[in-house]
Formats: sequence, C-alpha cells, structure tokens
Amino acid sequence: MANDAVNRDRALAEIARRVPAQRVLTSPAALSAYASDALTAFRTVPEAVIVVESTDEVTRVVRTCAEHGVPFVARGSGTSLSGGSLPVAGGIVIALNRMNRILRIDAEERVAVCEPGVINADISRAAAAHGLYYAPDPSSQPVCTIGGNVAFNSGGAHCLKYGMTSNHVLGLTVVLPDGAVARLGGESLDGVGPDLTGFFVGSEGLFGIAVEVVVRLLPRPESVRTVLAAYDSLAAAGDAVARVVASGLLPAAMEIMDALAIEAAEAAAHPGYPAGASAVLIVELDGEAGHVDAEFRRLLALLGDSGARSVRPAADEAERARIWKGRKSAFSAVGRLSPDYIVQDGVVPRSRLGAALAEIDLLSQAYGIRVANVFHAGDGNLHPLILYDGREGGALERAERLAGEILELCIRMGGSVTGEHGVGVEKLAYLPRMFSSDDMSLMRAVRDAVDPAGLANPGKMLSPT
Amino acid sequence: MTSHLQPMTVEALAQAVRDHARVLPIGNRTKPALTRVSSDVALIETTALTGIVEYEPAEYTFTALAGTRLSDVSSLLAAHGQVLPFDPTFRDAGATLGGTVAAGLSGSGRWRHGGVRDFVIGIRFVDGAGRVIRGGGKVVKNAAGFDFPKLFVGSMGRLGAIAELSLKVFPWPGPSVTVIAHMRDMAAALATLPRIARLPVVCDCIDLVPPANLLMRISGEESALATSVDRLRGALGGEAITLDVVRGAEEERIWEAAREFTWATDHLLVKVPTTLTRARVLETSLAMTRAVRRYAAAANVAWIAWPFDEDVAILDSVLTAANLSGVVLRGDEPRARLGVDAANEFGARVRRAIDPTGRFDV
Ligand SMILES: Cc1cc2nc3c(=O)[nH]c(=O)nc-3n(C[C@H](O)[C@H](O)[C@H](O)COP(=O)(O)OP(=O)(O)OC[C@H]3O[C@@H](n4cnc5c(N)ncnc54)[C@H](O)[C@@H]3O)c2cc1C
Repeated sequence: MANDAVNRDRALAEIARRVPAQRVLTSPAALSAYASDALTAFRTVPEAVIVVESTDEVTRVVRTCAEHGVPFVARGSGTSLSGGSLPVAGGIVIALNRMNRILRIDAEERVAVCEPGVINADISRAAAAHGLYYAPDPSSQPVCTIGGNVAFNSGGAHCLKYGMTSNHVLGLTVVLPDGAVARLGGESLDGVGPDLTGFFVGSEGLFGIAVEVVVRLLPRPESVRTVLAAYDSLAAAGDAVARVVASGLLPAAMEIMDALAIEAAEAAAHPGYPAGASAVLIVELDGEAGHVDAEFRRLLALLGDSGARSVRPAADEAERARIWKGRKSAFSAVGRLSPDYIVQDGVVPRSRLGAALAEIDLLSQAYGIRVANVFHAGDGNLHPLILYDGREGGALERAERLAGEILELCIRMGGSVTGEHGVGVEKLAYLPRMFSSDDMSLMRAVRDAVDPAGLANPGKMLSPT
Repeated sequence: MTSHLQPMTVEALAQAVRDHARVLPIGNRTKPALTRVSSDVALIETTALTGIVEYEPAEYTFTALAGTRLSDVSSLLAAHGQVLPFDPTFRDAGATLGGTVAAGLSGSGRWRHGGVRDFVIGIRFVDGAGRVIRGGGKVVKNAAGFDFPKLFVGSMGRLGAIAELSLKVFPWPGPSVTVIAHMRDMAAALATLPRIARLPVVCDCIDLVPPANLLMRISGEESALATSVDRLRGALGGEAITLDVVRGAEEERIWEAAREFTWATDHLLVKVPTTLTRARVLETSLAMTRAVRRYAAAANVAWIAWPFDEDVAILDSVLTAANLSGVVLRGDEPRARLGVDAANEFGARVRRAIDPTGRFDV
C-alpha cells in the first residue's frame, strides 16, 4: 500500500510537469464530482482527475501510469449505468470531455472523424448540413460521448434496423494500456484481417483509450412515420410487436412503456400519451417516402387489428418529437417517482418477451418493489427500472437481489445480462453465469495480453478470479 | 505429406487442433488462395460439420455449424421470407458459413444494411489450446463480454477454428429492380457515385462494373419502385449515356455474377477494401493495366481480376502506392496479402492470448 502511494505521487508529479496545473484536479470538492457515474449506488473517490486535451496528453498520462503502476479509468460524460466509469481505488481518472472536436466530416465518403469526447448528438448536428446523420441514438445522446459509446457498444431505440455503435464505427486510434498507439480499421466499410475495430468496441475501457473514432454517416431518411398504440395490458402490446415482426416489416424502432413508465413520462415531459393505458407501443418506419407510405398503411392496418384501444399516427413532426421526448425522458422521469432506481438491461429472445414481462411482474409483487418497464421491444432488450429508497435500511440490497433475479431470468431464457449498458461493476457476478470457465479464462487471457499490468479500468467486466 | 482431417463433431474438431502443432481450418475451398499452406500444416476441413442447429423464424436469428453451406442457409431462410441481406459471396459455388465469416467477405448487398460483420452475433471456436470457446450469444442485442464473433470476421482461419456461428437475419425486403446507367468511363462513374450514395433513394447495392456501368438495385414496396427508378433516372439523366431498367431473370443474372465472381475466372481474384477517394487513385493506375475492376458498395470495396500472365508485383506496388491492402482469394499466388500490410500491436497481443503457440499462425 505504502509503495502504491509512493508510485502514485511520483506519477502525479510527473503528470503535473506535462499537463497544466488547472487541468490536474486533486481537491476533494473536484474529485467528489467524479466519484460516481450514473449508477450512483457505487462511489470511489479517485486520487486525481486529469483533464486531457490531446492525444499526445493521453499517451503521456497513460505511459506515466504504466511506468509507475497506477491504474486509470477513462471517462467521457460519466453517464454509464453499470459503474463502467466508476474510479478505481488509488487510481486516476482521465477525463476526455474536453477532447470534443469533430476533426473532419467528409460528406462524399459519408464519414466523420471524432475525438473521443465528442457528444453523440453533436455528430448528427454537424452532419445535418450535408443531409447526413449518425444513426446510433442512446437516450443519453444529448450528453454521452462517442468514446463512452465505443467502450459500451451503446445502442438506442433505432438499433433495431440500424445496429449498435459497433455497426457504425469504421476505424479507431487507440492508446493501449502501456501507452503504445494502435490504429484499427480505417475509413472503408470493408477490411482485411481480423475485425479489430469490432473487437475493441464494447471492451469497456479494458483495452485502453480510444482517442480518435471514425464513424459512418447515413443520409437522413426522407420520410419518418411514427405511430403510438395504446393497450390495456403489457402482454397485448408484446403480442402486437410479435405481429409486426412476423409481417416482414423492418421498423426503425419499436418501443414499449408500461403504466408506471407512462405515468412518469407524462408528469415529466407531457408527451400526451393516452390516459389510463396499461402500455403504449411506439413504432417508427423510415426510408424513401413512397416505400414508407405503403409500409405505414400496412402497419396501421395491422395495429388496428391488434386489440389496441387506440392507434394514433403522429400527424406532424412536432407530435412525433413529443412521442419520442416522452420515451427518451423515461429514465430520468422515473427518477421523480422514487429517490433511487436501478436500471436493468437484460435481453431475452423476442418470442419470450411476454413471458419475461409476466415473470418480472410476479417478482415485483413478491418483493413488494415497484418496477417500471421501458424497453426496446423490437430486439428483446428489457429495461426494468427498479425503484427503491436508498435511505431505507436494506432497500438497496433488496433491489439488487430483485435485479439479480431478473438477470438470472434472462440467462435462463437464452438471452443476455446486458444489451447495451455493459457489465461494468454492476454485473461482474453475472458474466460467469453466461459463459463457461474456459470462455472466461480466455477473456482474461486476452485482457492480460493487451494489458499485462492490469491498469486500464481494472475490476470492471471481468471479476478477479 | 499433408494430413487432411474431416471431423464430424465439434469435439473432434477440438481434438484435431490439439493433435497438431500447425493447423489450418478449411471449408469448401471456394477461396483456394486463402488455404495454400506448406505441407507440414494439417488441414482440418469443416465440411462434415454441417447443419442448422437452431432456427426460430420469429426470432430472426439462426445458429449453424461452420461447415453448413450458405446455399442451404439461404433456401431455409427464403422459405420463411427471410434473407442474409449482404448477398454472401460464392454461395452457389458451395461456400460454407464458417469460410465466409473467416474470409470476411460480403457481397454487393452489404451497402444498405451492412456486411457479414454486422450480422454475426455469436460464435463457438476452438482456440490455440484446443478448447471450445463461446463468444457473443444468440440474441440480436448483446453487450456481454468481448466481441469474439466480430474478431473472427476476416481471421482467415489464422486465429482459431470456427465451429459454430449465430447470425441475425432480416425480412425479405420485397421485390427489386436494378437500374443500369452506362457512363462515359470508369472515372466519370466514380465521380458520380457520391451523389448517388446521398440520394434519398435507398439502394440495396451500388456497384460499378466494366466497361463503366453503374448498377443500382432498389427493393421495397412494388407500388413505390417506379418512383424510385424515376428519381434515379432524374439524378443520373445528364451524366448517363443510356439507362436500362432490368427485373426478373435478367436482374438475377447480374447479381449472381457479382456474388459468384463468374466474371473473374482465369484471373487472380483480389479483394481490396477502399474508399471513394482511394478508389479514384487506384482506378487511375489500374486503367493502364489489363486488370478487370469492379467496385462494390459505392466503392468501399474493389474486386480486382488480375490476368495470370501479368506480373503480380505491379498490382502489389499499385496498391502500396495507394496505401491499400489486398487479399488474394483465387489464383496461383504465393502471397495471400498484397499492398500495405502494417503490423498491428493490438492485433498481435490478442493473437498471443488466443493462440499462444502459433498453431494457427500458418
Ligand atoms: C438517462 C440515461 C439514458 C441512457 N440511455 C441509454 C441508451 O438508450 N442506450 C445505451 O446504450 N446507453 C444508455 N445510457 C448509458 C450511457 O449513456 C452509455 O453507456 C454511454 O455510452 C456512456 O457514455 P459516457 O460518455 O457517459 O461514458 P462514461 O460513463 O464516461 O464511460 C463509460 C465507459 O466507457 C469508458 N470510456 C469512456 N471513454 C472512453 C474512451 N475514449 N476510450 C475507452 N474507454 C472509454 C469508461 O472507462 C467507462 O467504462 C443511458 C444513461 C443515462 C444516464
């Protein structure tokens, strides 16, 4: 321990010579702001936060950490829901949010080259002038960074049709945990040799720090049509999803919210969802106008037959924006219903959605804990929000136990413990339930080969053996 | 004497790997240049490891053993109105699913919805220690653990032996039509490409083929296809010399040629990932050679057929000059890689972990 402290002080002294003092934060007040990510039940105060401004600085800081054996955690906006950007004890945080320049937009090639701290929504904003946009749209897109998206392979409502972050990242420049710099992929949609870019995406900061990200841009769809259908039960909404899927339509998005989530969203964002509904289903189609018009007619007919109590197509862009505002504000809105909550992110096979939701409801009753459901129905990605009051003794533990049962349920049904929020620290115990000991040992071996000293975001994703 | 094994089970595949110091998994050898190795390397053929292990049409995913033929996968999917939208290459020639993923090959359809990397969601493979490892899963969305399924795309059998794969699939996109714009020359066509790629008309494929024809396939609602065609016509009008619209068997033949590379027989076939800008440079150099060139996915890939009687060193230096890498798929050429072949420190570390003794490094 004493040795660690000596090393850390040496490392910090060296960093202080290379990075201006105002960007080396060490005061308790400053550090406290970085002690958690959006999973606030976990807190670790770092030794220091280094606010870097260039690739060169990242490389120097990482090299210094490597020389002195100091662990580090990269941080974008700190919106991780799994403890991914939680600092590690005795380590430093490398804050990337000032590296927020879009270095280049090439409209002809349809790519944008970004620093890691670029805010997701800023890419589409900058690309709009060229009629282009960046497709992955996590609900946190007004604040989360592309670097964080890369680390977690983040998704969004529209990944049903367009895929996750991974499907839109063409190339990366990364600083490996010992400070070596590697370039992965490039600007082409195709590549030669193992897909290293794809392998780095979703590695939760364990392979080092992405300092440059090349993303693919798409033409803004000419037409976007959205419909809101209300149901008297969650199961009926789930059945409607199955029908849409079976019809051969490929919606851009298909989202469900249950009564509690509707109530919360209504109070927070006033999206005008039908009063008294037990569930709402949002379906969106996009593409070339003629095709979308024909598909939308089919969709409306199908939903009309699905036992919905109302089917309301968005009349204009303003109404569409309202529908989405309600959906995208759901997490924070639920936050108003309860002092604390845990968001789960398990995935079940799409045909098991109804069964999974029924079981979650039973668990919620058995535990006497309220659970709100907002989820990416089209791809079976659940987001149960487990409400609790952290001031009540044992409440967090009970909420965590319930969350654990939901994860077990997803594994049992042949799904996954996380669709897009990552394992982080939160689901450390559950990854080994999904994978065999051989699978886990190879993941550890890969991590050890990439980061022999184990300094990049240690204690995340892979539990110590 | 090369040993040549044909395991019938995943466990036998793992055993075969454990039994040999140097191995190369092979499928049906539709890309023979990728499987040319010295005689001390044991070839482990996956063609007896066949069968769709799991397919629930309502899930839009399937799991199959690595040696399953793409043609079998495609017909099963078609019977349920589903497709692999990336037009997997060498399907009719007998390509296997494992070989397609390992070779990292996507056909023209990759333009609209992504390539093979974008559809692989789960894998079981044998690592260098001879263990059967699982990565990814069977659900379309999954962020748990490192993304081994993607890592194996393009691994060319040099990282591990793929035993089983899970892929997501899409609904059949509806009837299609292909617009052929005959352009003045390749350079003019390449200049037009970026504009086409940004039209609101959503093309499945945008290919450029000799002499200078832009091929644009559109699919969707029958009632809306005519409008899409008219819009492409309008957008291209001034620049195209003539414009044809083909459907049915004639259209099918065009895309079959693209998928099966029937236009590239008796040549060295080379895949070169590129970008529009680099494709223009490449085209300028190749126009002075006897190479047959096709550009797919709005020039994100160049497929080059190089005459057997031309010196490959010329192609190699053209690629190097354009800062491009190529991989030889067919033809008698000792080098599998042409052009730039930069060492990658990240890749090297990952490889060391998966295959510490270099069993697959052949
Ligand atoms: C209200 C709300 C809604 C959300 N909605 C969604 C959603 O719809 N879909 C979804 O997928 N997620 C969602 N999230 C989760 C979160 O926003 C995403 O995980 C996001 O990608 C995190 O980005 P960040 O910049 O905040 O990253 P951080 O939280 O700062 O970091 C996340 C992880 O990435 C690592 N990291 C950060 N930058 C880099 C880098 N440059 N190189 C390597 N590693 C790096 C960190 O070490 C950490 O492990 C939501 C979160 C909130 C609070």
